[in-house]
Parts: sequence; C-alpha cells; structure tokens
Amino acid sequence: MALTGVQIFKLLPKTNCKKCGFPTCLAFAMALAQNKVELAKCPDVSEETKKTLGEASAPPIRTFNLGVGDKAVKMGGETVLFRHDKKFFNPCALAVNIKDNSSDDELAQKAAEVAASELNRVGQKLRVDAISIEYASNDSAQYAKAVKLVADKAPDAAIILNCKDAAAADAAVKAIAARKPLLYGATNETAEALANIAKTHDIPLCASAQGLEDLSALTEKLQGLGVNDIVLDSGAKTAKEIIEHNTQIRRSALKKNFKPLGFPVLNCVIRDDSTLEASIASVAIAKYSSIVILSSIEKWKNLAIFTLRQNLYTDPQVPMQVEQKVYSIGEPTPDAPLMITTNFSLTYFIVSGEVENSKVPSRLAVMDCEGLSVLTAWAAGKFTAAKIAQFIKDIGIETQVKHRELIIPGQVAILSGALEDKLEGWKITVGPREANAIPTFLKSKTV
Amino acid sequence: MSYIIPKESYNGKVLSVDFGKGNNALTVGGGNCLPFLSFEGELPHPPVIAYEIQDTVPEDWPDTVKNIYKDVSANPVTWAQYCQNELKAKALALRLVSTHPDRENRSTEDVAKIIKEVLAAIEVPLIILGSNHIEKDASVLVAAAEAASGSNCIIGKAQEGNYKTIVAAALAHNHKLIAMSELDINLAKQLNILITQMGFAKEKLITDPMCSALGYGLEYTYSVMERIRLAGLLQNDATMQPPILGDVGMYVWKVKETVASESDVPEWGTLEERGIAWEALTATGMLIAGTNLLIMRHPKAVKITEQTINELI
Ligand code: B12
Ligand code: SF4
Repeated sequence: MALTGVQIFKLLPKTNCKKCGFPTCLAFAMALAQNKVELAKCPDVSEETKKTLGEASAPPIRTFNLGVGDKAVKMGGETVLFRHDKKFFNPCALAVNIKDNSSDDELAQKAAEVAASELNRVGQKLRVDAISIEYASNDSAQYAKAVKLVADKAPDAAIILNCKDAAAADAAVKAIAARKPLLYGATNETAEALANIAKTHDIPLCASAQGLEDLSALTEKLQGLGVNDIVLDSGAKTAKEIIEHNTQIRRSALKKNFKPLGFPVLNCVIRDDSTLEASIASVAIAKYSSIVILSSIEKWKNLAIFTLRQNLYTDPQVPMQVEQKVYSIGEPTPDAPLMITTNFSLTYFIVSGEVENSKVPSRLAVMDCEGLSVLTAWAAGKFTAAKIAQFIKDIGIETQVKHRELIIPGQVAILSGALEDKLEGWKITVGPREANAIPTFLKSKTV
Repeated sequence: MSYIIPKESYNGKVLSVDFGKGNNALTVGGGNCLPFLSFEGELPHPPVIAYEIQDTVPEDWPDTVKNIYKDVSANPVTWAQYCQNELKAKALALRLVSTHPDRENRSTEDVAKIIKEVLAAIEVPLIILGSNHIEKDASVLVAAAEAASGSNCIIGKAQEGNYKTIVAAALAHNHKLIAMSELDINLAKQLNILITQMGFAKEKLITDPMCSALGYGLEYTYSVMERIRLAGLLQNDATMQPPILGDVGMYVWKVKETVASESDVPEWGTLEERGIAWEALTATGMLIAGTNLLIMRHPKAVKITEQTINELI
C-alpha cells in the first residue's frame, strides 16, 4: 500500500534545507507520494527510511520470470481484481506434468509435444510454456536423468521440478542450473533445505502448504531464509478451493498489501477427464493463477485453453489491432481482386485466413477503425462511405491495381451506392456477409 | 503475521427466479456474494443448464452435435423426451427457429400447437425462445406465452425493438421473461427499467447481456456480466439484480473451431473433442463471470459443465 504524503513526511529529516529542490520537506513528501520525484533527491534521508519507503513502494505482487530466454514467462505484477478495472498483464503459464519414472520414450515424446505446441492465433504466438517433472521414482539419479532428458528435448520450455526431496532436487537443479528451473515443493519440513538450493542457484521456489494461514507463515520463513522469488501453492484441489484461495490471495495482496501472499500463484488442475481438466484450468486462468499444471496437452485442448487465456488477458480498453495497409495474400497481379475490411485483429485474421483458403491471390486493404469490427465500426461512424473513399485515395492503391473494382463486406452492403458516388470510376461489389463464404465467392469471380 | 481472510461486504442480492411446476420446478439466482465465493455469503441455488431443442431439424448445426439428435430431432416432442429421459436434462429450451421469415416462416397457430405438445410430453421446466427476428418474435412469443399459460415458463427474448407485446403476454400468462440487450451494461439496465415500468416485476426477469463464443468476443460478455454482478451486489442497483442467462450453444456451434475438420486444420487436433471443449470452456467462462442459467447443446459439454459446477459449489 502506498504511503500518504504525511506518512512519508514523518520519515524525512524535517530540516527544510531545500537541497532536494523543494521549499520544504513536506512539499518533497507530497511529490514523493505522487511518484513525481525520487527519494534519492534528498541527500540526508536515513538508511532506515530508505528501507521503509522502498518496501512500501514495491509492487503488491512480486514480478519475476519462469524460465530463461525469449520464451520466459513473466509472472506476478497484477494490479486489479477485475479485468475491466484496468487489465490483466501477465498471462498465466501453462505446464504439463510428467513422472520421472516414465520410459525415456515417453519423456522424450512429452517434451517434443511441448516443443511443438506453439499455435498462432490472431497474430499472437501461443504455447505450452513449461514442463513439470514429478519425482515419482524415489531414485535421485533417475530423477536427474529424466530432468536432463526432458530439458534437452524441449530447449525453450521452462522447467518445474515437482520434487519435495532435497537430495533429488539438488541433483536435478545441478543438471540444468542454467535453465533456472522453478523448484516446486518447499513445505514447512523441507523449507531450509530447499531454500538453500534455491539461493545457491538463484532460482524461484514454490511454497506448498494447506490453507493460507500456513502458507503465509511458510513464505515468511522462506523470505527469512533469503528467498525472494516465491510462488504460492495453497493446496487448493477442487475448483471451489482454487477460486476461493486465489481470490483471497489476490485481495490480500492488492487491498491489504499483505506481503506474505504478494506472489504469483500455482494451481494443479489434473483430472481423469481431459475436457474436465481444461474446464477447471479455465477457472484457474480466469481467477488469478500464474501457473496451471495439466496432465495432457492434446492439440484441441491447447487451442481452447490458449484462446481462453488470450481472451481474458486482452486489454479491455484497446481492442487488438493490425496495421493499416494493403496486405498482399498470395502473389497478386495488378488484376487480382481487391477487398476492404477494418483493422480489428479478429476481423483481419478471419478474413485473411479465408482469402488464403481460397488460393486466389488477392489484396486486402485494411483500414484503421480503431480496432473495431466491421459492423461496430460502421455503427460508430468510422467505416463510412466518405472515410472509405478517402482511405482508398490516400493509400495509393490506384498505382498497384489495374482494375477499379472494390469488394466490400456483405454486412455493409448499404454503403455501396454512396461509395460509388464518392469513388469516381470505381465499381463497388458487395461480397458475402460471412467470411467463410469468401473462398467460393473469390473462386467464382476468377472463372 | 496471522492471516485474516479478506471478506467483501455486499449490500445487494441476486433475485431468485423459479420456473416450471411441481417437483421438477427449478430456482436460479438468490445469491448475496460473487459467483462461488461462499466463504463470504450464501449461494442457495447452483447454476442450471437447459438443453436446447428446436422446432425443426437443426440442419445448420455441425455434425458433431447434429448427429447426436438425428433420430429424434425431426419432431420437437421426441427430441424433448430424449433430452429429459435419456440425457436427464433438468430443463429444456425450445428455440422456435422455423418461425423466422427466412426459414419456414411458420405461423403462430403452428407455434401454439408445438408448445402444447411439448409441454404435454415433458415434466421438466421449459424455456421458450423465438427465432431472434425482432418483428416476428413480437407475435410468435405472444402466441407461445398463451399456449404455455399456467406452465410457469421462461419466455424470450424481449429486446428493445419488441419488448412491449412480449412483456404484456408474459404478464398475462404468468411467465418469467428474458430481457436481452447487446453487450452493453447501460443497455441492459435501460431495458430492465423499461420492462418494469410496464408493471412487470423485476423478480420475474432474467437478464441476457448477450453471449459470445470463446475466441469471438467472450471477453466482452465476461466483463459485462462481471460488471452487472458487481453493480447489483456492491451498489445494490436493483435493476442489475436479475439472474443472468448465458445462451452458449448458439454462439459456439457455428464458429470455425467447432466446424473445421481435422484435415483442414491439422494443428487444431480432433474435431469432436475440440467442439465439445469449445462449448464447455465458453460455459465455464460465463459461470465464473456470473451466469445463473445456461443453454447448451452437446451432452458431453453439458456433463463437463455440470461436473465443473459441482466442483465449484
Ligand atoms: C463485440 C461488439 C462490440 C464491442 C467492440 C468489439 C470490436 N473490437 O469491434 C463493443 C462493446 C466495444 C461494441 C461497441 C458498440 N457497438 Co457493437 N457489437 C459487438 C458485437 C457483439 C460483435 C462484433 C464482432 O466482434 N464481430 C466479429 C467480427 C469478426 O465480425 P466482422 O468484423 O463483422 O467480420 C465478419 C464479417 O463482416 C466478414 N467480413 C469482414 N470483413 C470483410 C471483408 C470482406 C471483403 C468480406 C467479403 C467479408 C468480411 O467476415 C467476418 C467473419 O464472418 C456485434 C453484434 C454481433 N454479434 O455481431 C455488435 C454490433 C456490431 N455493435 C453495434 C453497435 C450499435 C455498437 C455501438 C455503436 C453501440 C453499442 N451497442 O454499444 C458501439 C460503438 C463503439 C464505439 N467505439 O463507438 C451493432 C451495430 C448495429 C448495426 N447493424 O449497425 C451490433 C451489430 C449489435 C446490434 N445489433 O446492436 N460492440
Ligand atoms: S533535501 Fe531532504 S531534508 Fe532537505 S528539504 Fe528536501 S527533504 Fe527536507
């Protein structure tokens, strides 16, 4: 919780020496409270004040990475309980669990599935981010070997060491230290030993407890042992426990500035039925999870879960948009068809996908309508005959195409007359209402 | 530091609405806290799922879901009985799609007959939906309300362009009513006000803020629903307290992800599982945002959603 100006003032030297550039210590304190100036501008503050103010200004939920490299996943750093209040920033990481006593083939297979899980949706690359390797063999040499094998076969994935045994964890961490695995399994009993490993290798540590009272005590203990990058496992199993614990954790962090729970959350949602597992994963994603552990990652399931995560993490104020320009699909000749649509990502990707499906090389002119869909943009007065005509003139399309025929979305057929008036010499053709009819439409035009 | 559970105190309550008759009657709503947070309030009635049936063979549904009903869907009565008796549906939603002028443009007399036959054949509560043609629904739903008089159905959807006749009919024949607006909290509020100004009790309303499928605007519906719930509970805004409907199936079973074959999009995996997951995950999203009543199509998606609800309560 940020301190008020008066609270900060009480911590300053109160000499009004003006070295900070402010007339009084109080004026400086007020500016500090509004984040307009840095504390370092006052040369005389005590070490203790620096520490107190530093802690007070730390974000309510600590932010750090899961994994290393370009594909590392940023966790924590959230500032709201409801996405409409601002937005959710750091999409939840998805992990698949595998037992270390699986055969080498199974381990390699699972790692390969993760490595190949990336899908492109609405211009974003989405993937399974991590693999959790569960210590089931009770043999620390086997564990280290399995961990190494999986890490090698999935070179970009983050690694979660699902292991409560200190000796086995130590060997496994050493085998892949450069990958900065998340060590998942510090309980009250193993806290010292696992904290030691986490500190030595500078890796994050997940605290596992039953309930939030025990969990807060445990994270305080781990911080006391010098571990700062902590992930929370409250022991939630059912969907009800997940939604309740995660809500309580997020509220404690944001509304009470309760530091022991100001960390990202991990939920394990493994179920016998894969679709049910996807549904429970959705509960966790919607309600504040930063890492969700699954038992399987079929393609259909990934697509559905990725999409849900993407939906909930889009910015509610700014729709996803693409750049305004004329996109070439295939290798269009100057005679190729020319279509127009808006720059809402979803609209662009659906339409361009169907134009691709048609195999008819074409041009798609995408007009900036502040990321609104065709009908929404039309209703908002951004996709009108006058604006489209202006856009077609300004974008320089007349030098790229030989013909003068513009295909407009069927949903705005009503614009065709006015557009023909405003775009002299152009023929306006009304295309289908739904994008899935575009392939048939384009093929019939070219025969 | 000892841990104190941060509880929210709410001023308002979601209204409870019952529908159907006798032992099979159901109640939705009635909670006084956000969805599934029973550590800080009472949630007396879990969300209910109604199976969607139609008054004609659902030619426009993809095979994954159409084939399930292929032996029963030629007749709404056999379709209704199948859902009730074989699939153990707790409620049904009959959508009168064939009344749409672009489809069969079926008459209001036909509608009355179908409704009477279906009601005679089932015991579970019934939701009766028009074809979503503003003008036609204004007469179709009036005929439906009359034919179902005394059965305590939910009738819908009343929209800004046609609510007057539909509200009057629901009032005259003692039904509950769905008020639908398009993804805007202010429009939802305004329509509820217009309807209650006609003397229709807010305790008999269900709000449909418009559903959207996963990947196709789900986030808009999700946030509108959350905002409606917060307004009803935190600000005690009486116009924002009716239970919320999520009409999931009709938005899901037309998007590409539930239709495109695996050979067309190999990277998307098997079609049947994909379609079912699409409907189930859309429903789960709606539940978390505040939906009290869902309308769905695929039995496996319904089952998964019911299991999710059981885990959440
Ligand atoms: C989500 C939504 C919103 C979101 C905006 C989302 C966005 N980024 O655009 C929000 C909530 C912000 C919004 C606001 C408004 N909306 Co609005 N909105 C919708 C909704 C529900 C879905 C739109 C959508 O995302 N469609 C999906 C995209 C992919 O569709 P699309 O762009 O049309 O593309 C399809 C086709 O057109 C075709 N296509 C596209 N390009 C091309 C090109 C060619 C050549 C061809 C052949 C085909 C083609 O392919 C696509 C797939 O089939 C619709 C209702 C509905 N179910 O359609 C109403 C709707 C579009 N909105 C409407 C209105 C009136 C508004 C508002 C003016 C008022 C209001 N109701 O709030 C505001 C205006 C916003 C503003 N800034 O002023 C009306 C428009 C009425 C009309 N018929 O003119 C609609 C139809 C709802 C309604 N019936 O009242 N809206
Ligand atoms: S420099 Fe420090 S002590 Fe001097 S006036 Fe500014 S705040 Fe006060």
